[in-house]
Amino acid sequence: MRVTFTANGKPVEADDVWEGESLLYVLRERVGLPGSKNACEQGECGSCTVYLDGTPVCSCLVAAGQVQGREVRTVEGLTDENGELGLVQQAFIDAGAVQCGFCTPGLLVQTDALLEQDAQPSDSDIREALSGNLCRCTGYEKIMDAVRLASARKCAKETSA
Amino acid sequence: MSTRTIQGQKNLQDIRQASKDGIGGSPLRPDGTLKVRGEFAYSSDMWHEDMLWGMALRSPHPRADILSVDISEALKVPGVYAVLTHNDIPGSKYYGLEIQDQPALAIDKVRYHGEAIALVAADHPETARRAVKKIKVEYEVLAPIVTEEQCLNPEVYGYVHEPHEYKSHGSGNIVHSQKLVSGGGVTDEIRALADVIVKGDYEVGMQDQAFLGPESGLAVPAEDGGIDLYVATQWLHVDRQQMAPVLALPEEKVRLTLAGVGGAFGGREDLSMQIHACLLAQHTGKPVKIVYSRDESFFGHVHRHPAKMTYEHGATRDGKLVFADARIVLDGGAYASASPAVVGNAASLGHGPYVIPNVRMEAIALYSNNPSCGAMRGFGAVQAAFAYESQMDKLAAELGMDPVELRQLNAMAEGDYMPTGQQIDSPAPVAELLQRVKDMPLPPPLDLDNLDIRQIPGALSNTSHGEGIVRGIGYSVGIKNVGFSEGFDDYSTARVRIEVIGGEPVAMVHTAMAEVGQGGVTVHAQIVRTELGVEQVTIHPANTEVGSAGSTSASRQTYMTGGAVKLAAEAVKQAVIDKGRRRYGWTQNDLTLAGGKVVSESQGSLISIVDLLGDEAIDLTREHHHRPTVPFDKETGQGFGHVQYTFCANRAVVDVDVELGLVKVVELTAAQDVGKALNPLSVVGQIQGGCTQALGLAVMEEIIVKDGKVRNASFTDYLIPTILDTPPIPVDVLELPDPHAPYGLRGVGEAPTVSATPSIVAAIRAATGLALNRIPVRPEHLTGTL
Repeated sequence: MRVTFTANGKPVEADDVWEGESLLYVLRERVGLPGSKNACEQGECGSCTVYLDGTPVCSCLVAAGQVQGREVRTVEGLTDENGELGLVQQAFIDAGAVQCGFCTPGLLVQTDALLEQDAQPSDSDIREALSGNLCRCTGYEKIMDAVRLASARKCAKETSA
Repeated sequence: MSTRTIQGQKNLQDIRQASKDGIGGSPLRPDGTLKVRGEFAYSSDMWHEDMLWGMALRSPHPRADILSVDISEALKVPGVYAVLTHNDIPGSKYYGLEIQDQPALAIDKVRYHGEAIALVAADHPETARRAVKKIKVEYEVLAPIVTEEQCLNPEVYGYVHEPHEYKSHGSGNIVHSQKLVSGGGVTDEIRALADVIVKGDYEVGMQDQAFLGPESGLAVPAEDGGIDLYVATQWLHVDRQQMAPVLALPEEKVRLTLAGVGGAFGGREDLSMQIHACLLAQHTGKPVKIVYSRDESFFGHVHRHPAKMTYEHGATRDGKLVFADARIVLDGGAYASASPAVVGNAASLGHGPYVIPNVRMEAIALYSNNPSCGAMRGFGAVQAAFAYESQMDKLAAELGMDPVELRQLNAMAEGDYMPTGQQIDSPAPVAELLQRVKDMPLPPPLDLDNLDIRQIPGALSNTSHGEGIVRGIGYSVGIKNVGFSEGFDDYSTARVRIEVIGGEPVAMVHTAMAEVGQGGVTVHAQIVRTELGVEQVTIHPANTEVGSAGSTSASRQTYMTGGAVKLAAEAVKQAVIDKGRRRYGWTQNDLTLAGGKVVSESQGSLISIVDLLGDEAIDLTREHHHRPTVPFDKETGQGFGHVQYTFCANRAVVDVDVELGLVKVVELTAAQDVGKALNPLSVVGQIQGGCTQALGLAVMEEIIVKDGKVRNASFTDYLIPTILDTPPIPVDVLELPDPHAPYGLRGVGEAPTVSATPSIVAAIRAATGLALNRIPVRPEHLTGTL
């Protein structure tokens, strides 16, 4: 089947899609967006998290056909309008929250969604919001630091604006 | 031309200070930007035009004879390009890290649940999956050999490997054994010297590395008949060494390039899909990609050895250890993997960082029909630490002593001797590390009146209002070796180049080091900045065009390959200075490179590197070998077996819901001596990550194996700590230099994984009063329902 949707603001088209393919597979193997990661492909690890019509979802659990005509935003779409690193992306680098980096794309999308809802989450709020994203390298401490840093920068930016 | 002095002494200091991104700083990872953009090319992201997807058929039985394999129906599936069995292997059919006992594809029998039998290459992963299902295998299923008793009685229960096929040094179903005796050993006379004796039987379940990036890679057949493999691994050269004979190719025609690695933790030391993808690529003449699913990943790599351990400690009334006696039985599973080295570590490190005058130890690894076990972070030192630290707490309770004081009273220090007879010849601040975690402020008590249920056991599951929660505190300390041991020369190679690019001096580092997330690439750039005084450093992709870097394991890469980068950079520095001496006749003996210039300590800058080099590049390669070690004596365990030791201490604070059996680790504090923190941010990240894997082993993680069958090969059923399970992890870093190591550094990654688990179990014991002799501790262990 053919699937057409919007990825990071651009129309994309995938041909010869097998009905059993996930959105994750189509992103990674058919439309050149391998940033979303394939750590478990059963919705347990969060590495493949993308926005689907503005809501974070595990793209491994979404059938490709379900995204027909819809809007997808992936980690590749978290940069700012000039293609520079987005605020959350920069905070993860600065805080040392990236080691192997395989969990990073999913955590970035989930953190972005959290800060969109609540720019100043408490530590418990952060832990709750990110509890569906596994990381095996960091012990999460630097990820906590990164989210706090992104939150502070976002608030500072909004205050100055 | 005479020597020119461009700048004075004051400016020299400014130049020095400018290199803040050298060692001791925390510059950002060179791969960080790509990783947060989603543009970093992991092994599973590899893509090639016309590529095929490879997939393996795996055994559903832990032990069976294969009567027949029929691939005819699979070959008929449209889109299938090849179906291969062991008959299609062009070269040697066996491989292995230490002992070549593992067939690349099963030959007439399978020895563990998940063993690969046949391979398919197809145009789509789903086509491959369907074709795999159409391969017909006729099995004669046999009773698996899985318990210690079964393994040690092969006349009754059979052999995992028949005696005539034995390739190990062991006998029966024993892969390897190591005994150790020191002092007077453990005799009745020695026992009589102890006022108090404590005994315990301890058990550790099978832990998985659970790296997030699944085993994957892309094999591309080359025109010269060779093959190029892009793969996630821990050691490119030893992969190649095992692959080439199976592919019937000379090593130089098997070219490996490191693809992005999504974590490793020991699980990528053994081969997984490497040979399989290359066989399919050789056979089809097309590029072949293999990506494991998560369940296949659980079958596709070795795990941490489960262990059964018996310990006995004797002490005087005032707490001085008199003797220690232990037996450690590790289940190695179907194939040897790294079991011999794991046994060596268990035997030599299994009595912990304590001075014990009389010691006896026996460690063995068994062959069984359980999943193969090998390397995982902590490598043989983790299991024993749970036992000896549990014993320390038991002894402290028996003596009525404070558990930290008992440990400090017996703690080893520089100048003391290991039970192997090896003297500790660099700092060993065991007592101080314990004191540091003890002195850290404690987290506030649980406030039931202002309860955030997300912070209590059960958390988001909303299991209680905080009633039935008891707090406990526990301490532990552990010891780990750094680098490969027992006479192994795991040298590292580095190539450093300096040239002028765009009017700037630019250095390049080329090694075969597997960057698996630890940040070795950051550290290499830091070392070069410090040694060559240049800011711009590029990292060449890791591949087999340069010499071996050894494995990214054993906490060794900063020490070994970092050391090689230092040697190569020093050689380049000397070559740059010598070039200036030849050209300008410099006679000063205080020349170095800093701030992009050749500088004299006394006279300041002489010339810029740009002006000196012109369009010439200096490109040098050096090897770094650690000091030699020797194998342990087989019977006495004596010998200078380890390169370096590393120590970590922990304090755990836990809340236990004693009614529901739920545990929440409230805080996990660590203190570790790292010799010299080359990159403090990464060092702390390593310690926190290592502590968290130890937390997983303490209360969550176990591969459940029943009659040889794996029951929980998924992230739904094999649970690793989430951000809700993981507490704040305050880290106190000591820097006491090791005079034998580059920059005085000490390997970091593994010590916290060794030491942190027992502190958590000790804290749960303190909260519950239960014995808890098995990890992971499960709810049923706490509620008395087991």
